[in-house]
Amino acid sequence: MWAFIKKEFYHIFRDYRSMIILFGMPVVQVLLFGFAITNDINDVKIAILDHSKDEVTREITQKIISSNYFLLVDNLSTNAQIEEAFKKGEIKQVVIFEPDFAKKLEREGSADIQLILDASEPNTANMLNAYTTGIINTYSLQRMIKLNLIPISIQAETQMLFNPELKSVYMFVPGVITVLLMLVSAMMTSISITREKELGTMEALLVSPLKPIQIIIGKVTPYVLLSFINLIVILLLARFVFDMPVKGSVILLLAESVLFIIMALALGILISTISKTQQQAMLLSMFALMLPIILLSGFIFPVENMPVILQYLSHIMPPKWFIIIIKNIMLKGVGIAYFWKETLIILFMTLFFIGMSVKKFKIRLE
Amino acid sequence: MLPIIFIMPALQLLVLSYTATFEIKNVRFVTVDHDKSSLSKKLINKFDGSSFFEYKGNAANYNEAEQMVISDKADQILIIEQEFGKNLNIEKAGKVQVITNAINGNAAGLMNAYANAIISDFNKQIIIEQYPTKKIGLPIVVKPLFWYNPELNYITYMVPGILVLLVTLIGMFLSGMNLVKEKELGTIEQINVTPIKKYQFIAGKLIPFWIIALIDLGIGLLLAWFVFNIPIIGSVFLIFFVASVYLLLVLSFGLFISTLTNTMQQSMFITWFFVVIFILMSGLFTPIESMPHWAQVVDKFNPIAYFIKINRMIMLKGSGFFDFQKEFWILVAYGIGMFTFSIMRYRKTA
Repeated sequence: MWAFIKKEFYHIFRDYRSMIILFGMPVVQVLLFGFAITNDINDVKIAILDHSKDEVTREITQKIISSNYFLLVDNLSTNAQIEEAFKKGEIKQVVIFEPDFAKKLEREGSADIQLILDASEPNTANMLNAYTTGIINTYSLQRMIKLNLIPISIQAETQMLFNPELKSVYMFVPGVITVLLMLVSAMMTSISITREKELGTMEALLVSPLKPIQIIIGKVTPYVLLSFINLIVILLLARFVFDMPVKGSVILLLAESVLFIIMALALGILISTISKTQQQAMLLSMFALMLPIILLSGFIFPVENMPVILQYLSHIMPPKWFIIIIKNIMLKGVGIAYFWKETLIILFMTLFFIGMSVKKFKIRLE
Repeated sequence: MLPIIFIMPALQLLVLSYTATFEIKNVRFVTVDHDKSSLSKKLINKFDGSSFFEYKGNAANYNEAEQMVISDKADQILIIEQEFGKNLNIEKAGKVQVITNAINGNAAGLMNAYANAIISDFNKQIIIEQYPTKKIGLPIVVKPLFWYNPELNYITYMVPGILVLLVTLIGMFLSGMNLVKEKELGTIEQINVTPIKKYQFIAGKLIPFWIIALIDLGIGLLLAWFVFNIPIIGSVFLIFFVASVYLLLVLSFGLFISTLTNTMQQSMFITWFFVVIFILMSGLFTPIESMPHWAQVVDKFNPIAYFIKINRMIMLKGSGFFDFQKEFWILVAYGIGMFTFSIMRYRKTA
């Protein structure tokens, strides 16, 4: 048994290319995504169509540009140019001031600004609309206060819990950790076991005095260790490069992670027992798992807002539960009392995958 | 194998297109009402009546409310100060506090904006009640107009993108595995000793996957049309034309990886590495404009980003070839480069 595990270690370590990939890539990805994946709006290209060109419109334009959210790339002069500007795909928003803007504001007490947004990306369009409207409303409000137009005011103080600077890194780092652990563990084991099948060396193992369970443990142990080292590296990056706090217990975090890694490995074993070739195993673990894991785990899009059926579907996505646990420990700093249910679910999934693979594991080859 | 190649993409397109929304529908909010006057109750009622908010009850004190947020039973806390009603009537000024769970920063920003909108609405309402003659309302009216997708339907926006992802996944993984499989099983030596030319061999390897991926694209477009009712404004022919060029790039990319590696495991891992980066940085989930400058530069090497952009332009805006020719020629050049590389890398020696 020990000899077998040792052999598996040699197999993995001897293949220096795989080693580089195994350790280098998750690091590169965490760094890349931690910095690059963000919903924060900044320097979005917009155009302005100012029919009025007066003091007030210039002031508002100035306010919009100096917000850092927007980058003015074009000053249009006729309505006809709008369509063309959008079709080229450069700009996301056009701000249009009506003619005689300042005069109307003075005389009639109100004037219109039209925003035209490229809503082929609705999420961005929504945010751009909210930001621009916010800037303009603040300007209006200041003007009203200056002119003494508001008799009663309620002041709303705002406070953001757990993530006062609204950094999107806090949202994405737990997701990246989960996706990496899940895919690396599940994929590596499933491919390494089917490989033996495909090359015919599985037979040699099966006729050896090792029991099937020992073969599997031998196969999996090195990957548990490797995934664990990967996890530590990723957590260190999160802590020191992205300033993610770890408010709760580090030991608890590691323990939960080991549980999750074992779950992913068990899934990998299950995949390898049902596929005959490496190609099948790869397609199953990668193609079937990758997009659903990214999209249904709450990694990027909050699960609560999806259609109800998809919310049920997301319950069977193991990463969903693990992301909740990580966020609870790292950001909220609470103990197991707050996520024992999630832990039990992952534990149950692990047992289920192991049970299924033991049932499916055939001692004979067809 | 076949069901995985044809049914899986269709199934994923059907399911996953529904996931991508940042819309917030049910903000679960809890109040800490220190005032308990008729005005504070009115404010709470206003929240409760809004379709965005789901009232979870009044907590006795802040700690209790915070516990509810920590245990994920509420998202937002509204604290109303003591004497809120009295202050509004006498001093004409009142204070409330809005505390939001901000782990998802983006959602927190929206929840906060909703809460503020309701509070300022309430403010207006009491001004009207106390000063019926006063003209109120912000002097500058902002009217948004959402072009190309007036109902802000996110499915319309996701489908063209997910379609590109699925076609890419199929093409890249299949071609990335193929050559290396022959290497691992040793059959590549048999091919090496035949008189077949390098480019013939590689073309023979690529064409089946190219056709499979194009069929997948066709299935996806049919689903987009009939199931999601997405009007394909531009030319379908143009989509296939760009896709066929794009797929050559993707397939060469996969092939290039498989010439670099010796085992399927290695090849898979490298392919996976690039695919995850390409997918997450494709602009499908988070806008490319939001990325830092260096990441946008890295994204210049992301084929998925180009094709998603082009596919959206054709399907949703009806753009023609000249609107995206720059992106198109980049894809062509990139494709030729990758193809040349992989032919150079592949040597007919073991």
